Amino acid sequence: MEQKTIAGISVEVNPEGYLVKPEQWTKEIAFEIAAELGIELTDKHFEVLTYLRKEHAAGTQLSIRKVGKSGIVDIKGLYALFPAGPLKFSAKIAGIPKPVSCV
Amino acid sequence: MSTDVKEKPLKKVCIICAKATIEDVYATLVMANGAVMEGIEAKLFFTFFGLDAITKKQMSHLHTETVGNPGMRMPGGLAFPSVLGMLPGVEAGVSAMMMSQMEKLDIPGVEEFLEMITAGGGEVYACKLAMDMFKLKKEDLWDGCSGVLTVGDFYGMCGGDNTQIIFT
Repeated sequence: MEQKTIAGISVEVNPEGYLVKPEQWTKEIAFEIAAELGIELTDKHFEVLTYLRKEHAAGTQLSIRKVGKSGIVDIKGLYALFPAGPLKFSAKIAGIPKPVSCV
Repeated sequence: MSTDVKEKPLKKVCIICAKATIEDVYATLVMANGAVMEGIEAKLFFTFFGLDAITKKQMSHLHTETVGNPGMRMPGGLAFPSVLGMLPGVEAGVSAMMMSQMEKLDIPGVEEFLEMITAGGGEVYACKLAMDMFKLKKEDLWDGCSGVLTVGDFYGMCGGDNTQIIFT
């Protein structure tokens, strides 16, 4: 695993740039990864990120369908927040592994 | 000798579905949804029996093929004789089981799946020729369907770099 300095903090990332240890995540890291993806984070983004982190910590296998049913955002809204990568980009910014689901 | 081939990422997939079985329709839906989730544009074209997947009356009642399907097995792995598949109710039972297995894997029903795809910007079209053949009208189609196209119209949408046509 490589070390990468994001927002001044040295974190472990996989070759795709996903955080290996979700506990190393901070809001500043989220802002920086999002900026690399061309996304400017708002409170709504953070609601989704918090949900993803909570579900991941609980061992849930995340899918776009689950997020759509979370009551936080519908699927269309999720695409609007994280264009071209509703699940993979949101997971990356949330500092959790890339979901392996096909849906 | 080194071959220096640079891959260009896929930009658009145009997926054609011509059959109404659960497995054919879901191949289309999974691939289309997977595409939009990766930021790849997706155009879906339903033709012939595939139209069932976007016809209001039929879309929630798709079946899997129980006759002449060598991939079919009994629970436990024994071969599934085609004669059994002909018995009344067997196809419906097997189909219901398939759908419940998929639900467990968080795979939605046809209508919800189509909604997920269109929420991601995917577009769903019906084939004009098949509509005429089956005497279907626009009103018979799922409301999220973007339109009825001739094959020429469809090809017109398949232009551009890094576009693939996929026939499920």
